[in-house]
Amino acid sequence: MSDSLAGRMPGPPRNAAPAYGQSGSSANLADILERVLDKGVVIAGDIQINLLDIELLTIRLRLLVASVDKAKEMGIDWWEHDPSLSSRARPAHRSASPGGRREALAEENERLRAEVARLRAAGGLPEAEHTDAEHTDEDSGHGEAEAVPEGREERR
Amino acid sequence: MTTPSHVPAGVPAAAGDELTYVYAVGRDGPALRAVAPRLAGADGGPVRVIGADGLGALVSTVPADAFGESGLATQLEDLARLEAIARAHHSVIDAAFGEAPPILPMRLATVYLDDARVGAVLTRRHVHFRELLDRLENHVELGVKVYADPRAVVGTASVAATGTPAGQTPGAGAGRAYLRQRRAQQRGGRAAHRAAAEVAGRVAEVAGGVAVSRAVHRPQQGQLATHSGVNVANEAYLVPVEHADRLRQGWHALAEDEPRVSVEVTGPWAPYSFTVSAEAPEGGGNP
Repeated sequence: MSDSLAGRMPGPPRNAAPAYGQSGSSANLADILERVLDKGVVIAGDIQINLLDIELLTIRLRLLVASVDKAKEMGIDWWEHDPSLSSRARPAHRSASPGGRREALAEENERLRAEVARLRAAGGLPEAEHTDAEHTDEDSGHGEAEAVPEGREERR
Repeated sequence: MTTPSHVPAGVPAAAGDELTYVYAVGRDGPALRAVAPRLAGADGGPVRVIGADGLGALVSTVPADAFGESGLATQLEDLARLEAIARAHHSVIDAAFGEAPPILPMRLATVYLDDARVGAVLTRRHVHFRELLDRLENHVELGVKVYADPRAVVGTASVAATGTPAGQTPGAGAGRAYLRQRRAQQRGGRAAHRAAAEVAGRVAEVAGGVAVSRAVHRPQQGQLATHSGVNVANEAYLVPVEHADRLRQGWHALAEDEPRVSVEVTGPWAPYSFTVSAEAPEGGGNP
C-alpha cells in the first residue's frame, strides 16, 4: 500500500544534520501518524477539522484493521464494544467465540499491564500516563493474529 | 468555496481560494529562513516563513477547496491522501528540526485563512511558544517499541516444555503430539509476552537517568504495524541530544539475549510527543 504511494510524496530535500534529522521519507507510517494526528502543538486554526473524530473512526477502523468487512470476516469487531465508538458497546455480549477470545486476550493484556506497572514501581519509576487507557486494552488483544486458533482450540 | 462558519468578526475573509497551512513554529532567523525554500508543502507548493515577534512559522499556501473544512475531511478519510499529507507534514517538520532546531511541530491540518492570521497567532502566543522552544532546545524525541515474538520460540519451547525431543514421540499418536505441541506453543507465547513485559519495564529504567520526559503511545497493530511481533509497549522519551545514541544502545541491549523479544528504537524525532502543554500554558507541562 505505502509502496505505491511513496513515489507520489512531495519529497523535500534531505539535508538534515545527523544529530537531529531522521529518515523523514522512510519513517514508518504508523509512527508518523501517531505523532502528527495525536501529538504536536494544538492551536485553533481557522479551519476546524475534528481530528478526534477522524482519528477514532477513520484511522482506527481503516488503519488499525484492514477494513471493516475484512475485520468482521476475521471476527474482529472491537469497535462495537468500545463505548467511545458505539452505543452498542455492552459487556454482556461475550459468549460468541470471537468475544470469548477477545475476553481472554483482554485478560492477558490486563495481567501484562499489571506486571509492567509492578516492574515500574519496583524500579522507582513514575506511572505511565495513559491518556487512552480505555482503548488500549481492546486494541492490544487484536494484534495477536497467531493467537486466534490457539484460543479457539482451548475452548472447544 | 468552503467558507468557515466561524470567521471572527472584523477579520477580512481571505481571497477565497487559498489558505495558509502551518507546519511548525521555530525561532525566526537565518537557519529557518534557509531551510524553508528547499521544502515542499502538503500540496507540493513551496514552504515559506511568516515571522512575528522573533518567531517564525513554516507555512505553505494550499487551495481552499482541498484544505477547507469539507475538503480536508474528505482528504483525511482517504488513506492515500492522508498518507501523502501526513508524510509531507512530517517531512517539513523533520527537515526544519534537522537544520533549525528547536522546532515546535504543529498538529496535522492546522490551517488559517491567510498569512496575517498566522502572524496574529504567533504574536498572541509568543510567550508560551518561546517557553516551549527554550524547554525543548537541545532535546530530541526517541521512540521505543517492545515486541513479543512468540513464533521465535515455538521450536525450542516444544522441546523444553514437553521434556521430550520432538523426534522421539512417534508412538504417542499424532493427535496427542499435536495437542502437546499446541500447549507448548501457548506456553511459549505466554513466556514471550512475559519476557517482553519485563523488557518493557526496563525501558523506562534504562532511560531513567537520561530522559527528561516520557509519553506512552498506544501499541501498534493491524495493517500499519509492519513488525512481525506483537507490540506490547510503545513509548516516547524526550532526551538531551548528546545522550540519544547512548540511550539507543542501552535500549537495544535489553533484548540482546532474548530471542522472543525485540526492541525497536525510532528517531530522533522533532518533539511531537512533548508539546502538549501548548494549549494550556497554565495547566503545567509534561510529567
